[in-house]
Amino acid sequence: MHSTLHHRLSGPWMAVLLVLLFAFPPVATFFGQDFYISFGSRLIIFALVASSLNLILGFGGMVSLGHAAYFGAGAYVVAILMYHDIASAWISWPAAVLLGAALAFLIGLVCLRTRGVYFIMITLAFAQMTYYIFVSLRSYGGDDGLAITRRSSFVLDLASDTVFYYVCLVLTVLVLFFMHRLINARFGRVLQGIRENETRMLAIGYPVFRYKLVAFVIAGAIAALGGALFANQNYMASPSQLHWMQSGTLMVMVLVGGLGYFFGGVIGAVTLLLLEEILMAYTTHWAFYLGFILLAIVLFLPNGLASLTLRRTEGATGVRS
Amino acid sequence: MTAPLLELRGLVRRYGGILATDHLDLTVIEGETHAIIGPNGAGKTTLIQQISGGLSPDEGNIIFQGKDITHLPMNQRVHRGLARSYQITNIFRQCTVLDNLALAVQARSGSSMRFWRPAMSESRVIDEARALADKIGLGGRLDTLSGNLAHGEQRLLEVGLALATRPRLLLLDEPMAGMGPKESRSLMPLVQSLSEELSVLLVEHDMETVFQLADRISVLVSGRVIATGTPDEIRHNAEVRKAYLGDEVSA
Amino acid sequence: MELTLLIELALNGLQFGLMLFLLAAGLTLVFGIMDFINLAHGSLYMLGAYFAASFVMATDSFWLGLLLAVAATMVAGVILEVLVFRRLYQRNHMSQVLATFALILIFNEGARMVWGEQPLRLNTPALLSEPVQIMPGFYYSSFRLFIIVTGLAVAAALYVLVTKTRVGMRVRAGASNREMATAMGVNIKTIFTLLFAFGAALCAIAGALLGTILSVQVGMGESILILAFVVIVVGGIGSIRGALIGSILVGCVDTISRTLLPSMLHAVMPPAVASSLGPALASILIYLLMAAVLFFKPEGLFPARS
Repeated sequence: MHSTLHHRLSGPWMAVLLVLLFAFPPVATFFGQDFYISFGSRLIIFALVASSLNLILGFGGMVSLGHAAYFGAGAYVVAILMYHDIASAWISWPAAVLLGAALAFLIGLVCLRTRGVYFIMITLAFAQMTYYIFVSLRSYGGDDGLAITRRSSFVLDLASDTVFYYVCLVLTVLVLFFMHRLINARFGRVLQGIRENETRMLAIGYPVFRYKLVAFVIAGAIAALGGALFANQNYMASPSQLHWMQSGTLMVMVLVGGLGYFFGGVIGAVTLLLLEEILMAYTTHWAFYLGFILLAIVLFLPNGLASLTLRRTEGATGVRS
Repeated sequence: MTAPLLELRGLVRRYGGILATDHLDLTVIEGETHAIIGPNGAGKTTLIQQISGGLSPDEGNIIFQGKDITHLPMNQRVHRGLARSYQITNIFRQCTVLDNLALAVQARSGSSMRFWRPAMSESRVIDEARALADKIGLGGRLDTLSGNLAHGEQRLLEVGLALATRPRLLLLDEPMAGMGPKESRSLMPLVQSLSEELSVLLVEHDMETVFQLADRISVLVSGRVIATGTPDEIRHNAEVRKAYLGDEVSA
Repeated sequence: MELTLLIELALNGLQFGLMLFLLAAGLTLVFGIMDFINLAHGSLYMLGAYFAASFVMATDSFWLGLLLAVAATMVAGVILEVLVFRRLYQRNHMSQVLATFALILIFNEGARMVWGEQPLRLNTPALLSEPVQIMPGFYYSSFRLFIIVTGLAVAAALYVLVTKTRVGMRVRAGASNREMATAMGVNIKTIFTLLFAFGAALCAIAGALLGTILSVQVGMGESILILAFVVIVVGGIGSIRGALIGSILVGCVDTISRTLLPSMLHAVMPPAVASSLGPALASILIYLLMAAVLFFKPEGLFPARS
């Protein structure tokens, strides 16, 4: 029995992937490449944030050009609380998630009433507003951002890059696991149905706005968690994380990885960051070449990289890209 | 005489300077199959849009089962038993036939704010969707992407989606649209059986279908109903013949 | 509040707004007629500014440099349209966003590679470097006046072009119904290319003129691009009239609030708060305006299509 709305994951492949991911730090240390553990954390964090955008963009069809707002807000919550000597991860990380959710709720309430290009523009506008608000907070660094001297205090010592890597990994795996359940559950079907044909969803009785808003809030909350982790990773929260170019980068990750493919966000984030890292080693003008690669992907691989090897769901072709 | 199932009172809808719906009155009695016919541009689809909730009338009231639903959102009308099918096929093309129907069944079987249990494991919903597919004649095409169905099959699904919501009044907007005479004949039995089970408001161009199925016919011209009656009455109505039927119908 | 200060602010707002209009006009036409989102529009503006800086320095003449910059940017625009944009018209908005985003990366980094990291200077032409007396006791930069005049001239020319000429009417026909325009025998491909070239020229003019006042640097395109998008959304996609009114509105609100808001806030709030809140509010005001317009009139103030 076939369903294009159901997303199966291959058990064996997942197991292999998890083993590799968990084995990475000791292997890296063994070869004296500790530096890459920190890079690995960065990959995981962006895989998380890009996946949250994939939820509303790929699965829900909501082209939000303002997703960075929640990412940046999450980072700032951690940094600001740390500035006021509140270092516990048990407080600041949930606080970041809550703020992300609240912000997404308020912004979604206004934006989700619009459609098409207007939605794109208005999400952009709100992200810019968030950016300017945070930049204006001179006491919290303004343009330069807010640095923190240490990572959040937790049961484990996050100052160790390896420990931090595992924390990021476990959190991300958990979140992605829940996202997978969500996508295959009733909610996920409705979300995909909305992406496929919003008017018909209304015509068969679904209160569409409600579902879009809930998805928007969940995505914002997850992005904020990513932001909290990122502030820890970088030892700072910076306004550039709220800038629309950051939103654009996140969108690029999802589109490159594959919209609406479960691992679209993960693949896209990893690909983009790896490309950056590799190109950076050769030239300071890596952005130039990255641009061409992205352009080529858009023009010749409309459904993203995931479409090369994976099928989006059982027996389905991608939507017109 | 029981109250009508659907009542339209003085419905008005403007587009720029034009009155697409001009102080329109109409009633649909429970159990009947009521057809709306009229020349192109008479405002038939605009009317269906207003009844289903896709468009707001500028003036007037829509009363369904005794309650005023004029400003009720479309999805809530569906829950009250008012569903429509579209003249231009409006299905979920990238989804299988089963997916299409299951989505509609899911809509009226409890809340969909469920985040854990896989929807595919809900046998009740899947079974009902399958039964529905059999009923509309797509039982063998469950796993086909609806966008890959033949036009006639897509029209079947189009009606099936509306049917899945278990409506009391089914609004069929030109169900045979885009179909040749042979294809229409395959859709006919379904529409016929539906008109026996439910109340149906049918917009249709094909005269044969209309005169065969309808209990009553309303003729729409320039946004108003110029005549309502049984097929016989309409056939012999001079004003209708002048405005619309011309020599199409054999006396 | 001195009258002269107010007039100066209004004139500055008008000047900025009119330059914004040059970008917004091109953007809204392309968007309205071809349904094509072009994030790289700001890059053409930046290119125009950089070309102007280079050519002015090479030819030692502002006017010649300006002319060459416009020509060079038009060529760039045409190359872009033929090589890249043509493949994107049939794609959905997301793909267009992604592709033009990639172009931004290419242009920004490319500009760094060619012209370096440091901002370039573009000097006002000798002819217009002296202030001009508008009212007794009130002097205004003659270059800024020139910008205003140029902007108004372009607006007038566009108006004539779009409403009075056959070409313009075809363009408007395209704006309301592409199929009809094709049926009338209009060569769509050529029209699109010309449209882009024209938009690129407008960008170049704005870039060269504003580059003289602001500085010519990488990333200058993005900040004005966002404002241009706000303008066309507020004004109504596809509408030149909407773009003009929207631009002047946004230009004035932006310019005036940046100066007035902080001082107004200083009058009622403690200085520490006022100096942070002022600039923030000024920046946010534009977006609040857009959000409000979208909320009440989702199609913008003067939608071109019904």
